[in-house]
Amino acid sequence: MSETADHNLREYVTALIGGQLFGLPILRVQDVFAPERLTRVPLAPPEIAGVLNLRGRIVTLIDMRRRLGLGQRENESPAMAVGVESRGESYGLLIDSVGEVLKLDHMACEPNPSNLDPRLASVSTGIYRLDGQLLMVLDVDRVLDIAVKAAAA
Amino acid sequence: MDDLLREFVTETNESLDVVDVELVRFEQDPNNAKILDNIFRLVHTIKGTCGFLGLPRLEALAHAAETLMGKFRDGAPASTEAVTLILATIDRIKTILESLEREQREPEGGDTDLISSLERMVERVGSAGTHAESQHTVGTLVSQVLERPLRPDENSLDDLERAFRETLADAPVIKPKSAPAPADGAARDDEAAKGANQSIRVTVGTLEQLMTMVSELVLTRNQLLEIVRRHEESEFKTPLQRLSNVTAELQEGVMKTRMQPIGNAWQKLPRVVRDLSNELGKKIELEMQGAETELDRQVLDLIKDPLTHMVRNSADHGLETPEQRRAAGKPEHGQIRLSAYHEGGYIIIQVADDGRGLDTNRIKAKAVAQGLVSEIDAEKLTESQIHKFIFAPGFSTASEVTNVSGRGVGMDVVRNNIDQIGGTIDVKSVAGAGLGFTIKIPLTLAIVAALIVEAAGHRFAIPQLSVVELVRARSGGEHRIERIKDTKVLRLRDKLLPLVGLSHLLGLDKDVGDIDGSFIVVTQVGSQTFGIVVDGVFHTEEIVVKPMSSKLRHIAMFSGNTILGDGAVIMIIDPNGVAQAFGNAVGSQLAASDAAEGGRHADVDEASTSLLVFRAGSTQPKAVPLSLITRLEEIDAQKIELSNGRHMVQYRGHLMPLVSMSEDVRVKGEGSQSLLVFSDGSRSMALIVDEIIDIVEDNLDIQVGSDNPGVLGSAIVRGHATEIIDVGHFLPLAFEDWFRRKEQPVRDRTRTVLLVDDSPFFLNMLTPVLQAAGYQVTAVGSAQEALALLGNGHVFDVAITDIEMPDMDGFQFAEAVRSDPRTTELPIIALSSVISAEAIDRGRRVGFHDYVAKFDRQGLIAALKEQTDVGRAA
Repeated sequence: MSETADHNLREYVTALIGGQLFGLPILRVQDVFAPERLTRVPLAPPEIAGVLNLRGRIVTLIDMRRRLGLGQRENESPAMAVGVESRGESYGLLIDSVGEVLKLDHMACEPNPSNLDPRLASVSTGIYRLDGQLLMVLDVDRVLDIAVKAAAA
Repeated sequence: MDDLLREFVTETNESLDVVDVELVRFEQDPNNAKILDNIFRLVHTIKGTCGFLGLPRLEALAHAAETLMGKFRDGAPASTEAVTLILATIDRIKTILESLEREQREPEGGDTDLISSLERMVERVGSAGTHAESQHTVGTLVSQVLERPLRPDENSLDDLERAFRETLADAPVIKPKSAPAPADGAARDDEAAKGANQSIRVTVGTLEQLMTMVSELVLTRNQLLEIVRRHEESEFKTPLQRLSNVTAELQEGVMKTRMQPIGNAWQKLPRVVRDLSNELGKKIELEMQGAETELDRQVLDLIKDPLTHMVRNSADHGLETPEQRRAAGKPEHGQIRLSAYHEGGYIIIQVADDGRGLDTNRIKAKAVAQGLVSEIDAEKLTESQIHKFIFAPGFSTASEVTNVSGRGVGMDVVRNNIDQIGGTIDVKSVAGAGLGFTIKIPLTLAIVAALIVEAAGHRFAIPQLSVVELVRARSGGEHRIERIKDTKVLRLRDKLLPLVGLSHLLGLDKDVGDIDGSFIVVTQVGSQTFGIVVDGVFHTEEIVVKPMSSKLRHIAMFSGNTILGDGAVIMIIDPNGVAQAFGNAVGSQLAASDAAEGGRHADVDEASTSLLVFRAGSTQPKAVPLSLITRLEEIDAQKIELSNGRHMVQYRGHLMPLVSMSEDVRVKGEGSQSLLVFSDGSRSMALIVDEIIDIVEDNLDIQVGSDNPGVLGSAIVRGHATEIIDVGHFLPLAFEDWFRRKEQPVRDRTRTVLLVDDSPFFLNMLTPVLQAAGYQVTAVGSAQEALALLGNGHVFDVAITDIEMPDMDGFQFAEAVRSDPRTTELPIIALSSVISAEAIDRGRRVGFHDYVAKFDRQGLIAALKEQTDVGRAA
């Protein structure tokens, strides 16, 4: 991915969730914040970690580990959240840590392997092979969409 | 151009609403030149601006209407017909405006029909009117308009005109047909400039955003205050105080921008009433008070339709025709009164008429027919309770009901709308004198007073409107929580209030632990009252309601969330959701407490009976109908005293004897002792039991009789053979005179009762109950036996009979009694677990005097008293 045309470049905010590297399209990311004073919502779907007040807006926090089936957080190092917006509502995607912003060539994106965990496959639009690790591209709408289904069930 | 057009549509719509109202006023008061001037001016303005914007259809219509109104100004009489025509024209203009708004241009089509009618009317009015020459009318009028001074409330229209003038240069100039129009505008320049900036239009979105920002500011201010509080001597103190004050004022100011006078929702009503009164041939006066009362625009929007509906109802069904009113000695003009005022954080709106009022009997019949209430229960209801049925869901949605019930068309819908905005509605009706509705709604939906409570370490807000009271539960105190296995109830002023733990409801714990000392938020939703158990209560706070995230909206327990003063987000409990959950989670408990309260819903589950299952002496479970028990008590065993060889306990200022079920049941020496308390009047006795197991709903079918005194027999309850206790056996053990003392009141003789029932259980159970109430009871096991007794010349004051009996049922028995001349007057009370409309009907025909549910002890006593008193009076 050395000499590529600019229009093929996509920018991703990378995030570490359960040891796996994910990429979120930068255009969808509003901000990154450290969640404070999280309020648990009783009877909520398990993926919903809770709600919190972010500068006067009520943000619904999605526990990405649960959402992606990547196990519980063990060490209580402070988590981070990536703020996204969908249909006028604010969400925070709870992740382990946030990384750098990567510019990647869209053409280098490979489709999900067929044996990928269906839970991951349903929210991923493809995979980049980086040096030493793989980056899964997350589709924000699909990440939020499943929560609706869980809610309706 | 788009903005200009949109503004024109909005402004014109508002003007037309005013014209609507004013025209109706004018019709009633044709000599009021001021009203006419106002109408005329508004229509003229519409006409003028249409010309500028190139809207020929609108212009032609407005012109024709204006011409006709010009005739009125010249002194022609304003006939109803003419006014109706003008109103029709206004309606047409509105329709055109609607599509103008949608498609940015006038719809296809013509208005020659209306215009020619208007023109014909002009001619007719002209010839019938004064000698004024019609050709010159228009011209004269316009010049009059020029000279007229403006009223202050007309500024915004002038503003619009000025806007038109300013854009005139680049707008496609269409030569206005009425030449004086530009000059008209020019003459108003000064006036317009003065008032131009007194009101502006702001989109709701902008206001909402402003509101959010202010909320945020308030929160930040609160945080700052918190910080400064910790530092005694801070130089920030004074400026912060100032910031605090300014913030508060800003918040109030922003709130105010959302407020609108309720008159905006009433605007269409005069027209509605006018049209209805013409249509129905009734004379109706609409009186409106407090139109300036302000409330949140969001609430206003939601209340608009229900109000219109109610006024329509009043005019249509409530008020009588002039003839009927004259006959009833009332003035011919019926009155509908609308009023609004503030009270606390609420706005009270009243809609009242002086019509015929609600037809109580019809509503009652309908309620019974729809199965909302049993006939027996219906008889016990007060008028106002019956009137409330008009709000019952589906009560009058069926079209045929409209004719039958007369009033109350769609009142359930009205109530729904009002419920949705957290309001309440009440009805008051006096037959022949009128009907009034009182609506209480919060001033704003955005901000509500809420009680902040704690459950399992989480804070929640409960809207104040549904909170009746707060009770602190303490062991040994006045209000105590009773546990019946997994269900909890609170004894609150002689009522058993079903309880639910908030943390349990929300799945925050498995409902263990000590609920002693916890708080109970007594909550009312509709007719349902229940207690929500919380761990702590903090304070009341005005909270800004924010909608739940769409991912969480499915949780019925919450109606929204809010940000508290300290910045934390908490959930707002929806009392409706809790009430619903009650239905599922603790339904049996509710039913049980209802049964205990006199069986208002005794017919809900026809065949089953609420039984209290307990253990005493043996391991075999025992049971007693819950309705016979007054209370369940848990007392400290050390409080049990031995006096005169009997166990006693001090209870509510009296000594209450304790009775053991058998030798095997020992009074405990320590710990707590469970008691079943039976009371009658001021006397109570208690049965000592080892353990209260549960309350169950089951068929009570005694399959094996018993020779054991105190036990009626055995029945299968929840799959276990269970001894059914004969309460009547134990009562005299406590007070020997239990069944006799009631006779003490001076009576010429004891009333005699013939009790007919094939079930020995009921005979055994009811006999002591009736004896306790002071009746001499003769119990027989079949209808034939009873007839034999009567045939032998035995005389009774009243007979009570079961319906379902083998060989000869209650109906046949009643028929037989009626057919015998000696007993034809004997009052008969039917006792049944099956209460269907059909059975009641049949009962009426065969001559039952009353119909009582089988376990409704109080109902039976009341019915007996009534029948025997009637007998005595006769």
